[in-house]
Amino acid sequence: MSAPLLDIADLRVSFRNDRGEEAEALRGVDLTLEPGKVLGVVGESGSGKSVAMMAFLQLLPPTARISGSARFKGEQLVGMSPSKIRRIRGKAVGCIFQDPLSAFNPVITLGDQIIEAIRLHDRSITRRAALKEAERLFELVAIPQPARRVRQHPHEFSGGMRQRAMIAMALANSPDLLIADEPTTALDVTVQAQILDLLGDLRKELGIGLILITHDLGVVAGMADDIAVMYGGRVVETGPTDPIFYETAHPYTAGLIDAVPTLDADGPLRQIEGTPPSIFSRPPGCSFHPRCGRAQAICMTEDPPLRRLGAGRCACHFPVRTPQEAPA
Amino acid sequence: MLAYIARRLIAIPFLLLGVASVSFLLSQMTKGDPLAALVPERMMDNPEIVAAVKAQWGLDQPLPVRYGIYISNLLQGDLGTSFATRRPVAVDIAERLPATLELVFAAMIIGTIMGVGLGLLSARFRGSVFDGLARIFALIGSSLPIFWSGLILLYLLSVRVALVPGTGRLPPRVEPPPDVTGFYTVDALLAGDLDLFAQALAHLALPALVLGWAVSGVITRLVRSSLIEGLSQDYARTARAKGAPERVVLINHALRNALIPLLTILGFTFAYLITGAVLTEAIFAWPGIGSYAVRGAASLDYPAIGGVTIVGSIAFLLANLLTDIAYAWANPRIKVGG
Amino acid sequence: MTAAPDAAPGAVLPAPRRRPLVGLARAWRRLPPTAKVGAAILLFWVVVVLTIQLWPLADPLKMVGRRLQEPSAEFWLGTDALGRDVFARTLHGAVWSIPIAFVVVACAVAIGSALGAVAGFFGGWWDSIIMRLVDVTVSFPPILLAMAVAAMLGPGLLNASIAMIIVWWPIYARLMRAQVLEVREREHVEAAVAGGAPSGRILVVHVLPLCWTPTLINATMDFGQVVLLAASLSFIGLGATPPSPEWGSMISEGATRFYNWWIAFGPGMAILSVVLASSFLGDGLRDLFDRRSA
Repeated sequence: MSAPLLDIADLRVSFRNDRGEEAEALRGVDLTLEPGKVLGVVGESGSGKSVAMMAFLQLLPPTARISGSARFKGEQLVGMSPSKIRRIRGKAVGCIFQDPLSAFNPVITLGDQIIEAIRLHDRSITRRAALKEAERLFELVAIPQPARRVRQHPHEFSGGMRQRAMIAMALANSPDLLIADEPTTALDVTVQAQILDLLGDLRKELGIGLILITHDLGVVAGMADDIAVMYGGRVVETGPTDPIFYETAHPYTAGLIDAVPTLDADGPLRQIEGTPPSIFSRPPGCSFHPRCGRAQAICMTEDPPLRRLGAGRCACHFPVRTPQEAPA
Repeated sequence: MLAYIARRLIAIPFLLLGVASVSFLLSQMTKGDPLAALVPERMMDNPEIVAAVKAQWGLDQPLPVRYGIYISNLLQGDLGTSFATRRPVAVDIAERLPATLELVFAAMIIGTIMGVGLGLLSARFRGSVFDGLARIFALIGSSLPIFWSGLILLYLLSVRVALVPGTGRLPPRVEPPPDVTGFYTVDALLAGDLDLFAQALAHLALPALVLGWAVSGVITRLVRSSLIEGLSQDYARTARAKGAPERVVLINHALRNALIPLLTILGFTFAYLITGAVLTEAIFAWPGIGSYAVRGAASLDYPAIGGVTIVGSIAFLLANLLTDIAYAWANPRIKVGG
Repeated sequence: MTAAPDAAPGAVLPAPRRRPLVGLARAWRRLPPTAKVGAAILLFWVVVVLTIQLWPLADPLKMVGRRLQEPSAEFWLGTDALGRDVFARTLHGAVWSIPIAFVVVACAVAIGSALGAVAGFFGGWWDSIIMRLVDVTVSFPPILLAMAVAAMLGPGLLNASIAMIIVWWPIYARLMRAQVLEVREREHVEAAVAGGAPSGRILVVHVLPLCWTPTLINATMDFGQVVLLAASLSFIGLGATPPSPEWGSMISEGATRFYNWWIAFGPGMAILSVVLASSFLGDGLRDLFDRRSA
């Protein structure tokens, strides 16, 4: 095995609200991504999946307190100085956000926003050359008439085209890692598949590692090499994609799989009852227990550790699948 | 939005007609003989003048006819004759307008630079001591009675420490530069007279600063709050994710978006500027239309006040129209649809 | 968006009788500190106005010392060109400025709100005529309109007050019209309309009581601005006339002798204090209502 591209260990994030209450948004998260692979991070809103990515890039508001370790190509990102991490953001790590309409600056042309992304990291590139590069990137993400489109503002693009432009901007400095935070959630269903295909093809072609953050297991099913399911600020189940789907261990993952609509499935679509906990009122013990059909007394008092289970790892006192190996 | 501007353009002549009508009604409300509003007392004995004025303004005609005459005189640029200067008000105003415009432009520039600068710094260092001081400075600027702050500053800076010269546009007995734009600073430069330029600038500095400070308060508050809002927007996060330092996020992204609300309040600050200019000119003996109106008010020179009111309203309406156009220009989302 | 009916302290409410003092006390506790300072300053000036006869002050209209004395232990703010006590005059100035500002704001609110409510509620011709009148009035730069009106009517405080009411009413007409338009669409109003209640009664009973919050906030903020404009008019010579110790005309006396800076200092600070106080309090009220309706 080669050295991991990204290695996150025991990453913790806490916020303090107006009343001075401390709340843990992330409670010791471990994630690993090999170069050129795809990691799907799945969970409902509030599970901490976006916070984890924003945390190691130091994109959280200054009220956030971050501890733990996040090594990118061997370099420790947690606690890195702002000027050093700026050279990684947008250069070695590209970001794609959920809503491309609000994520682009409305008053600046898309070309200028890409030019900025390029010239922030290399002043020696002229504006003219950067514009040519922006056109090439537009072509790469299959935006028609790139020479005309780079001179337009975000509102002149359709949702799908805007997200293509977002991908183009994230690719601007040939990153080693792409982080896509719910890249298709704001889009029409028909466009979603196109964007995912584009993302998958491009990263394969360019050999880029991808972290795909989504609430929809269906989105990562066909794309991810590994999956991490997050709940209540923790990873509750992680492992290679196939075992996650076919040898599901965590009741929450099972619930998510049942919630994915499929064409051949009989019977009604099932939903996980209840709502995910807020970070300011997390239940004691396993934070999933109020919504879990398998919960017993111990689940209310003791938070289960993440244990090795088959090909992956799972944090549950009573996994759907019985443990075949001793806890690691 | 373009349709909105077109509507505003169409509305302006009607608004001006309204303004003129109100001015006419006001001029008819003066107590006693309407002739008293048109002919200075000392000229009342001269039957020729009285007859001429009566004919010119149709004073022996019924009200609607007088109204018609008033409006048609206005359209020909006739604002009546000042009691005090005994010259046509239009000529007086034309002569004094450049002084006011020079003051207002200088104050606008100072106010915008001060307001945007303080707003930027205070948004960048939000919550710091500097932020607090900048906000207090802005608040005091927009709360001060300008005729008082001008007075106190004039006393401090020109009497106690001779940092700036006294009142007026130039020292006494100094010839103004040849008239090109009417702005002494610009004309002095055009004439290549640096000495004169320095003198004109020194005289302009304090009144423009006092007026600019008053205007900057509103701008600081607006810029600060729009920048803070901008910094929390998704596009700011995107910029940070691209590797942009906070300074770039603030200036290239938040500030560019703050320009739009900024343009919308410039029209509003123009009302502030006119009010401020009237009072500032009175304090600094600045020979513009503001001090002309103040002197007119003190001596009940109705044609003078009426003339300044109409000219001021035209300027005000034009400024608001310019604001709308600038707003449409700065906001790319407006160009399609409307 | 709009505050709940029980939100407005001191507002006109149709609701069953509450204990207004309790509500007021609760609102007071929630005000930000700056707003409390503002309220305290305004209260101070109101107390000064009401109790001015009880203060051990020199007669503001009489010569009580040598002319043009610098501030001293005897004359805290010095004496003016006629040997009058500037400190006493400054406090007495409140007797002019504060009630005038109050009357002007009250009249502008009353006239503007009434016209705005009619325009918003009845629409049609009423709306067109009233709002065109508003448009024309706000086409004048405020100070020029006030100067023109005050000059045409002749100098004096009454005429200056009329001029200021003419300048200010359109703001309240617009505010009230917008509020009425919004409230008119609410269910309880539509129910009353469907129930066949006469429209005047619906306006007064069901609509207006819910429309006061923005007006109240704006009126609080404008109070200081009215004091400022009143002083400006007096300064120009269109408001109070000497020898009355009005703040604006005191500054105007100071302007002719600005080597004796103290003549203008007191009234200027007094104006500043009122303007700041009213914008502090207005800001605080806005925060209070915004937060509650959020």
